[in-house]
Amino acid sequence: MKEITILSGKGGTGKTSITAALSSIAVEAVFCDNDVDAADLHLILQPEMREQYIFEGAWVASIDADKCDGCGICQSNCRFNAIHFLHGQYEINPYQCEGCRLCERTCPNGAITSTRSRNNEWYISDTRFGPMVHAHMGPGEENSGKLVTLIRNKARELARDKQASYILNDGPPGIGCSAIASVSGTDQVLLVIEPTLSGLHDLQRLVKLVNSFRVPMAALINKHDLNLEVTKQVEIFLENKQIPLLARIPFDDTVVMAMIEGKSVIEFAPDSTITKQLREVWRQITKEESLTYGKSFIHHN
Amino acid sequence: MVKKIVVASGKGGTGKTTVSLNLYRRFSMDGEDVVLYDCDVEEPNDALFFPEKIMIENKPVNQLIPVIDSEKCQFCRKCVTYCEFNAIVIIPSVKLAQVNSDLCHSCGACSVACPFDAIIEKPESIGQIAKYDIGFGQGLLEGRLQIGSSMQTMLIKELKNEFPEQGSLVIYDAPPGTSCPVVETVADADYVILVTEPTPFGLHDLKLTVELLDELEKPYGVVINKSGLGNHETHEFLSRKGIEILGEIPFSREYAAEYAAGNLFENVPEEFETVYQQITGKVGHHLAEL
Ligand code: SF4
Ligand code: SF4
Repeated sequence: MKEITILSGKGGTGKTSITAALSSIAVEAVFCDNDVDAADLHLILQPEMREQYIFEGAWVASIDADKCDGCGICQSNCRFNAIHFLHGQYEINPYQCEGCRLCERTCPNGAITSTRSRNNEWYISDTRFGPMVHAHMGPGEENSGKLVTLIRNKARELARDKQASYILNDGPPGIGCSAIASVSGTDQVLLVIEPTLSGLHDLQRLVKLVNSFRVPMAALINKHDLNLEVTKQVEIFLENKQIPLLARIPFDDTVVMAMIEGKSVIEFAPDSTITKQLREVWRQITKEESLTYGKSFIHHN
Repeated sequence: MVKKIVVASGKGGTGKTTVSLNLYRRFSMDGEDVVLYDCDVEEPNDALFFPEKIMIENKPVNQLIPVIDSEKCQFCRKCVTYCEFNAIVIIPSVKLAQVNSDLCHSCGACSVACPFDAIIEKPESIGQIAKYDIGFGQGLLEGRLQIGSSMQTMLIKELKNEFPEQGSLVIYDAPPGTSCPVVETVADADYVILVTEPTPFGLHDLKLTVELLDELEKPYGVVINKSGLGNHETHEFLSRKGIEILGEIPFSREYAAEYAAGNLFENVPEEFETVYQQITGKVGHHLAEL
């Protein structure tokens, strides 16, 4: 079984559309939407939910005004400025609380209790291409890294049970803790790059991150004809890092039209150039040798 | 009082940076003393669009990481029970007492917990805050998170505490998404501008952001970017909800190419100017009412 994570550094590069397209090519695969903060893959894969669970999020503290005698010890201990003296009493702003529970432990009157947020859910579903694990985070939640790790583990279990050949992870944007949770332990990363200056800048940071996990990478440039000069710069960067470039995909609003229909571009335009290119990308990343991509760079690192 | 505007979007790639920078330019043309904060500390990109910028200051931001003195430690594990983030490893048999700085949230609970005063805290870098002179307006402040650090929220908080020399209006370019770092950015805002694109992905993420802002009770309006690219469902959603459209920026392939090359302020199409003028007018009006 091989686990492939699709990442983009910045958002809006077309990563999810590409993941959806590859999902419709992959056989014997399990899909996992790692972008738990703004999950979009389900809009195209249209999963039919089979199982639904609650993910217990961070602790959030609150003060029982009847027990509080106003000593202010909690406020002086809180490093997140989450405790405020308002309307003659101490109050905790749940959005500022990081859930460290220090206030609860140091309150001499036992006036503070913490509860875990039950605002996040995750699901196991069926799609027309195979099973899918995905999640929904409540607004303002944190711990997305933990939620990503959880759903990836579930996807692995599912893949083992079904003896699937692939797991496809639609990664989160950025290089923060959820991106880290999405890269660690995966077999390969496919980078989806948009040829803009900011896209290139984010790519450089992302490659550094993936390299630190020693995961082999391959790349494709999406909307490459948007700016051929920046595309050239991206190509030079990839070459220097010995990351194989598998495709240059043109800007084409067929992708948006497919999205509006809730279809992958492969289903929507089976004879298009993009479809042919993505089939080739899939062939390349599922080749045995693809696991040695970039290894020479990693050794020198 | 300095007024604060946040430019936010559920997902990345909707044109949040373009809108932030253009609003900064328009507001300063209108005579406002405006300061721009790039709060997308994981991927700060605003500064890239000012090749002639001058960095005035660049300072490290630290997080306090506890260090356990193995001479004093009695391996009682009290700190471990206090640490909600599983950042401490104590193995008495090999006299190991260690803090994993990647997991530590610098809450200080372990120091309070330790009965033997074995824990002291040392500063460790989580990133930088830079100030730039960008040629007009009051300048740009940017937070840059160290790769691998999970302290976005703390860095954003520190960034917002950095006041520039002067200013009457502040624009925060928010990180994408709807989680903690966005909440931190929006927390003290007077008005939020949501940037969306009229596609199913854009609409889905817009709904999540709207849900968040309603919960935070923040006033907001929407800018539709790349208008004409997708479908009409975004408009229908906004009118059903009674949410104000501040402006619609048409999709232009030529401008997208300029943006790609980092030329944000060159060859801005005439119709874009009109839209930005309309947006700053409406936002200015809302701010005056506060
Ligand atoms: S609480 Fe203090 S003495 Fe006890 S294990 Fe932790 S550092 Fe050591
Ligand atoms: S400061 Fe808080 S998070 Fe860090 S090790 Fe101590 S208890 Fe854990």
